[in-house]
Amino acid sequence: MTAPTPVIPQSGLERVRWAVSDTWTITLRYLMHLSRSPERVVGTMLFPVVSILLFGFVFGSAISVPGDGSYREYLLPGMFAQAMVFGIAGQAVAVATDVARGVNDRFRSMPMSDSAVVVGQTCAEVLNAMLDITLMFLCGLAVGWRFHGSFSDTALALGLLLLLRLAATWIGLYVGLILRGPESGGVLMPLMFPVTMIANTFVPTEAMPNWLGTVAEWNPLSATTAAARELFGNPGAASTDVAWPLQNAVLMATVWPLVIMAIFMPLAVRRYRRLSR
Amino acid sequence: MLAEGLQKIYKDTKALDGFDLAVPEGTVCGLLGPNGAGKTTAVRILTTLLRADGGRATVAGYEVGRESAQVRARIGLTGQYSAVDDILTGRDNLVMFGRLYHLGKRRARERADELLDSFALTEAADRQVKTYSGGMRRRLDLAASIIVAPQVLFLDEPSTGLDPRNRNKVWDDVRQLVARGTTVLLTTQYLDEADQLASQIAVIEAGRVIADGTPDQLKTLIGGDQIGVVVQEARDIPDTVRVLASVTGAEPKVEPDLNRVSAPAVERVAILTSAVRALDEAGIAVEDIALRRPSLDEVFLRLTGNASPAPSAAASDELEKEAVSS
Repeated sequence: MTAPTPVIPQSGLERVRWAVSDTWTITLRYLMHLSRSPERVVGTMLFPVVSILLFGFVFGSAISVPGDGSYREYLLPGMFAQAMVFGIAGQAVAVATDVARGVNDRFRSMPMSDSAVVVGQTCAEVLNAMLDITLMFLCGLAVGWRFHGSFSDTALALGLLLLLRLAATWIGLYVGLILRGPESGGVLMPLMFPVTMIANTFVPTEAMPNWLGTVAEWNPLSATTAAARELFGNPGAASTDVAWPLQNAVLMATVWPLVIMAIFMPLAVRRYRRLSR
Repeated sequence: MLAEGLQKIYKDTKALDGFDLAVPEGTVCGLLGPNGAGKTTAVRILTTLLRADGGRATVAGYEVGRESAQVRARIGLTGQYSAVDDILTGRDNLVMFGRLYHLGKRRARERADELLDSFALTEAADRQVKTYSGGMRRRLDLAASIIVAPQVLFLDEPSTGLDPRNRNKVWDDVRQLVARGTTVLLTTQYLDEADQLASQIAVIEAGRVIADGTPDQLKTLIGGDQIGVVVQEARDIPDTVRVLASVTGAEPKVEPDLNRVSAPAVERVAILTSAVRALDEAGIAVEDIALRRPSLDEVFLRLTGNASPAPSAAASDELEKEAVSS
């Protein structure tokens, strides 16, 4: 048995190449996690499907949509956006598990790129989100949702959803690093609900009490939902909403995720570095 | 591997308080200490996982902290908690780590196969690690630490939670690595583990190395060899005490419930033979007579067991000096 001798990158270019390769290796690791735990895959896939059916048909019969559209047409963009944010909980638990189990120790004691662990996970989450969106897209079509926008508008809507997911991964990463252990992840779901409910996800914000409506209108999730409605050409789009962020939904759906990343990226990186304190 | 005056301070406790240790290349050093003495903290600093608050350390010729990348390329770490991915299979773990060492896809696979084979994990290679037993997991962890030949290998309590058979396997693996020139720093609470593997033992307490030497040196430290005589009849004990006192020139110790009298025996064989002769002449019926070296357990308890902190610090300073001079 001959053990290979260790190498480390010598030039800046090689360092970049290493970082990219390490990131991909870590991304693969998370994708392999998915393929190794079919129950988790089924769980994460089933959740949006069940939600679409439940909300679409249970709430759908009671809620009237501004502009007299179909509730399911109104609902689907909100469900997309909600799924992007719900990923935070699972990701935070995965991060906390890694830190608790010591796998992170091995990564950090290896000559690999510092950023690869973090960025690789982010990549995997976004790829995972693409899978979620695809599934929900099909499920939506099955329950009568349609997109009426042009191809580029539809692509833009999907892009904005993924941007929200990307921003959310940095929250998930940060939360995972401050959790006391994977078991503490249980507190996350109850916290996620208000974030997705105090928004225009399921009902128009006009129906809420004044202050609550304002909160909902400034909720980043609302911006993405409103932008998706506008771009998909679904009912409840900008014209009927009065609040400024929703009037400029596409702009805000771009700005909000960038703001979130500007806040949580440094926080997460700092927290990650603090593992060595 | 060299550490000088390492400090690590958490809020109000000093986890490391002037930690000094030098381990020559190609040797095994056992870092021995009770729980909370600072063993793991020391290992985490030396493996670049923690930043020290003071002091400096070099590993494989590179400064920890300033040349982390160089250090990381030359070390292996097997932690107290196995640092492998539970959800992946054993093989996938090794391939993944191999790729992170940039062996290339094919070489990473070959290397994984080699390691699985030499750690007797081939059969379990394609099972998820979470189905592994503690011993298998530890062996996989060790395999992952030596994907590239590390110059310095850190083993943080490698046999914690292992049954004797698996523990022996891990020890064999470590010995093989050392035979190939790897320097090993091993932390353990088990003295026999240190005795079995290490050529140098450092006893750590309250964040400092309080004694450092070969196992034999440490054993000599607390009085060296002892001659022990077990008599058949309890009434012979006073006579035995007198005989041993005159033979050894020291004050013998009596354990009445064991009928045993013992005294330090510096010139081992000479004292044994004259004790046998003198006891025979005195007509004492002896059940057993033996020379024995104190166990590391006794050394350890003597070094770390002192209850009052102030005298213990003074005593350990003295012991440290002795250890250095011996």
